[in-house]
Amino acid sequence: MKKNKKLIIIAAAVILLVVGFFAAFKIYKANEAAKYGHIADSDFKKFVPDYAPKLGPDSAKVFLVEFLDPECESCREFYPYVKMIMNEFDGNVQLVVRYAAFHPNSKFIIKIVEAARKQGKYWETLELLFQHQPEWGSHHAPKPELVWNYLPQLGLDIEKLKKDMEDPEIQKIIDKETEDGNDLGVRMTPSFFVNGKPLESFGYEQLREMVRDALQE
Amino acid sequence: MTDKKWVTLFICWLIAAVSTLGSLFFSEVMNFPPCILCWYQRICMYPLVVLFLVGLFPFDEKIVKFTTPLSLIGWLIAFYHNLLYYKILPESAAPCRQGFSCTSVHIEWFGFITIPFLSLTAFTLITILLVTIHRTGLREKK
Repeated sequence: MKKNKKLIIIAAAVILLVVGFFAAFKIYKANEAAKYGHIADSDFKKFVPDYAPKLGPDSAKVFLVEFLDPECESCREFYPYVKMIMNEFDGNVQLVVRYAAFHPNSKFIIKIVEAARKQGKYWETLELLFQHQPEWGSHHAPKPELVWNYLPQLGLDIEKLKKDMEDPEIQKIIDKETEDGNDLGVRMTPSFFVNGKPLESFGYEQLREMVRDALQE
Repeated sequence: MTDKKWVTLFICWLIAAVSTLGSLFFSEVMNFPPCILCWYQRICMYPLVVLFLVGLFPFDEKIVKFTTPLSLIGWLIAFYHNLLYYKILPESAAPCRQGFSCTSVHIEWFGFITIPFLSLTAFTLITILLVTIHRTGLREKK
């Protein structure tokens, strides 16, 4: 076999492999979008259950579902961008918070924010915990007990909060969130769905565009 | 005879390249978290793609000597992984951390094709083909 022929064989194989990979990528993502879009049509509650915390009017044209973990750094980094999107499309988007408890103390923190919700301080608590996350949620030395130092500044009744955290309803919610997250293929946080379609490539601009396109549809 | 050896090595490279892209597809596109044993197998598989390619131009039989140890180590880890996966060894023996179990099932095509199975198949084929090249080389020398 001549050297040229060998080169051509290798080049062809490389091109085929790369093209094949990206074709598979596109097909897979398109299938995912179709699959979850279908669930969104037939089982809306899978994305937006009644109990989920929501920001923005129920009449909004776009529902932005975010699976987040209060202990995840990317969720913390991304949160201001979500707020920016909510401000930009004010009144037209409803943010639906879902939980994906992927970290060691996630469930503990979720219980806190859910208990704070009973006192009408859900968003304040979530934001405060995000703000102090580097202190209590460090991966090398997590110190979840530190949260008790920050929470009183919100004017929360800490005794009541601690009692509410043990509410079996909250545990039920956490279990349901895990189940729905599995059904919807959530394996990373934050994971976004815009009107039931998963965010294809992760990033602020991509999410903003997806919301804008959904509003124009 | 060199042609036959070249084609055999080319097939080795193809298997390694497909395995590499496939594993990246599972972790980066489908977002399956790779378990620790998967990482050790990747450490053995990924360099093979580069090494085989270097050995193809111009054809250099020495590549067999350098790649066989990697392929064998990868095969051993894959074999161990399969023993855990198919519950021949108890799960408690798995060196896994919480959340990323080495025995959690991600895919199961036709009821028996799983990710550890694919890995073991790839390492087995590569090892057999490398041995074939080596034997052909020995016969030529005689």
